[in-house]
Amino acid sequence: MSALRILVPVKRVIDYAVKPRVNKAQTAVETAGVKHSMNPFDELSIEESVRIREKKSFAGGVDSIIAFSCGPPKAQDVLRTAMAMGADRSIHVEVKDGEEVEPLGIAKLLKAVVEKENINMVMCGKQAIDGDEGQTGQMLAGLLGWGQATQASKVSFEGDKGVVVEKEVDGGTEIVKSQLPIVITTDLRLNEPRYASLPNIMKAKKKKIDKMTAEDLGVDLKRRLKTIKVIEPPPRQGGGKVEDVDGMIAKLKELGAL
Amino acid sequence: MIPRSTISVLRQARTQLRPRGPTSVPSFSALSRLLSSLAVLEQRDGKLNHGSLGAVTAAQKLGGSITGFVAGGNIKAVAEEAAKVSGIEKIVAVDNAAYDKGLPENFALLLVENIKKGGFTHVIVGHTAFGKSLMPRVAALLDVQQISDITAIENENTFVRPIYAGNAIATVESSDDIKLITIRGTAFAAAEAEGGSASIEDGVDPKAESTTEWVGENLAKSDRPDLATAGKVVSGGRGLKSKEEFDRIMLPLADALGAAVGASRAAVDSGYADNSLQVGQTGKVVAPQLYLCAGISGAIQHLAGMKDSKVIAAINKDPDAPIFQVADVGLVGDLFDKVPELTEKLKQQ
Repeated sequence: MSALRILVPVKRVIDYAVKPRVNKAQTAVETAGVKHSMNPFDELSIEESVRIREKKSFAGGVDSIIAFSCGPPKAQDVLRTAMAMGADRSIHVEVKDGEEVEPLGIAKLLKAVVEKENINMVMCGKQAIDGDEGQTGQMLAGLLGWGQATQASKVSFEGDKGVVVEKEVDGGTEIVKSQLPIVITTDLRLNEPRYASLPNIMKAKKKKIDKMTAEDLGVDLKRRLKTIKVIEPPPRQGGGKVEDVDGMIAKLKELGAL
Repeated sequence: MIPRSTISVLRQARTQLRPRGPTSVPSFSALSRLLSSLAVLEQRDGKLNHGSLGAVTAAQKLGGSITGFVAGGNIKAVAEEAAKVSGIEKIVAVDNAAYDKGLPENFALLLVENIKKGGFTHVIVGHTAFGKSLMPRVAALLDVQQISDITAIENENTFVRPIYAGNAIATVESSDDIKLITIRGTAFAAAEAEGGSASIEDGVDPKAESTTEWVGENLAKSDRPDLATAGKVVSGGRGLKSKEEFDRIMLPLADALGAAVGASRAAVDSGYADNSLQVGQTGKVVAPQLYLCAGISGAIQHLAGMKDSKVIAAINKDPDAPIFQVADVGLVGDLFDKVPELTEKLKQQ
């Protein structure tokens, strides 16, 4: 029986509470001087991995939890957070500031790491809240030929290999059963991520971050999609307020909504 | 990789024909013979999911020939239903019960084989739970960067999609030979289910085993219209305070309007409403004629799911709630008074 070796990809994104602004040149969203934090779905992945270890829910135990991030030097901040939450060590694939790697490129990097580190479970967020693509986990599973369970709201184990995942689908949930190795993507209802405590933040500073490049892993990150432009969505005109319920009904009729 | 080379030859031919600069959709009609789209259609228990016909509409906007794809056990009836859909020339059907649940492990390989065989330039599926779990896997197997959740098509290579929870709109151009696209359902209406007469042929079936097994499902049953496609939606938030109040206040209003019921994440997390009712970045994206919400402050993650609604009406006791910045009709007041009053007055009409 082999223990779990979990890989958790995390992404540094603009904080979810910040309203993003498009830059003047309409080429991208303004990121300079904007608060960044760990992608919320990735926090769920770290939390779930740590809980599997703490609750001993997998009979073989958890051998290691490795956090991974591909991004600019500042991506190390989110790796430190991940380690303060309970990841054992980290891998950072550094790219230049402002260089955005596509999901397919990330999936290829992850595949190389999975093979290098002999990983048997990847716990991935269902999507990053900047690109909103929702592709990386599925792409990785495809490249590896592994099973996948997306938008997980519950993960449990059967014996020393079986994984049972409840997934969020349109209109409810669906349950699938698979064998290790597997790629799981996490959804909001999976758990409630912990806050990193101060002592753990201090301890995380001593944990190791392996730095490497895409070349080290033998991956070509050439982009396939070119961003032509980025614009603000057309603003909605707040139509002002009405005094009472009758006013509301009248206005809705006037607008043709009733 | 025979289809790949074929495509690149066609691609060269197309580049020569194409005028420089941005082109409008109609000018593609001359090139349409070279462009061929595969619309992946969903089925459930031997019935075609009409919501998935948005993929056909998107394919029509691209121009070119359109092939529909269906797979599952006893697929004949579904294929016949799909053959009647307006605009489709051919249906490729694979009859094998192993594909009934749309498990991506075997469905992705099935699709890859049929894409290669058909030499399609575009593959389109709805950005639904099925499309979301399946399409990236197909993309990885074909070594293509997928384009997710598009809301518009500028030309055969260029697509528009919202990013940052709809706070920005990006236009992206793909350099891949095959375009794999998932479409936002609210941006592409379903194609007409009648009027077509497509031929039906059997697709290739690689008969791959799935490494995952479908165990069961737990779907919320409702007699009200489907949230994602309803013309009217009433939605409640944390302001409802409990599940009992949510049901007592919101459901009669929904029935008075013939509307679907939605909820904010706060309401779902607090257990007031079922998870499947969540509207927002992480839930459903809706764009009804009327979106009427009560007790919802209007966080950006929620707005991402509803701000394309035609008319937005809001009832909230906080006059400074952000929801009033987007609402066409705002009423400041206690929802426990105002919503029942509204329900009564709507019923009398």
